[in-house]
Amino acid sequence: MDRRNTRSPLADAARPGSSHTGPCDWWAERVSAIALIPLTLWFAASIIAHTGSDYAAFTTWLSAPAPAILMILLLISLFHHTALGLQVVIEDYMHTKAKFAALVIVRLSCIALAVAGIVAILRIVAVHG
Amino acid sequence: MPDATPKRPRPLSPHIQHYRPQLTSVLSIANRVSGLVLSAFAIGLVVWLTAAAAGPQAYGVVHHAVVSWPGQAILFGCTFAFFLHLCGGIRHLIWDTVHGFDLRSIYVSGWAVVVSSTVLTITAWVASAFLAG
Repeated sequence: MDRRNTRSPLADAARPGSSHTGPCDWWAERVSAIALIPLTLWFAASIIAHTGSDYAAFTTWLSAPAPAILMILLLISLFHHTALGLQVVIEDYMHTKAKFAALVIVRLSCIALAVAGIVAILRIVAVHG
Repeated sequence: MPDATPKRPRPLSPHIQHYRPQLTSVLSIANRVSGLVLSAFAIGLVVWLTAAAAGPQAYGVVHHAVVSWPGQAILFGCTFAFFLHLCGGIRHLIWDTVHGFDLRSIYVSGWAVVVSSTVLTITAWVASAFLAG
């Protein structure tokens, strides 16, 4: 077997398998992880740089185009990654009928939180930009 | 969707408590726990942004909570969880390229995660304290 291809010949023939969506989620978790490396480091550095900043300084900074765009991209990748990560945790540990409800609640909550965060940034841009 | 509850309970493998903790298992659990901590932190991030959008009064309430003693302790914990998940995540991405799976590499990368996440957490807080004056 090729060292780089960890899938068995049967798995290659039967792809994407019984779940049909597994490899997509696997890839999405990795792609969002790669996006989050620079975005979260930028966020952490920005927060550290704004230690002691007041409300006016903070909103003026966030309403500039680059920070607003990066913050929105951070929210999208963060909540996509969070939804996929929590989904795996639920699938691993919950084996009751509540599992389906938990999966729905997690996915919808992540979408709602991402949208709420993006709207908040747009409001800051509209008012302070 | 098939019924998730089996008619007869399936045989269980020995529980996690029966195993001696090792760097590999501890970091695996830590990556998952730090992910859960960061999920809670993500909610806090949205609360913080929403408060900033609502105005100076609402922002002041959140800011007051963040700079309080318990707020700072939680934020310190979240900082460590962030760097642990970041470094552990990079380790996982390297594994995804089918590299570093021999026992020696696994322990070297494992200790690298422990040391780098600790150093990054301390560096972040020292830098923040230095900028605050």
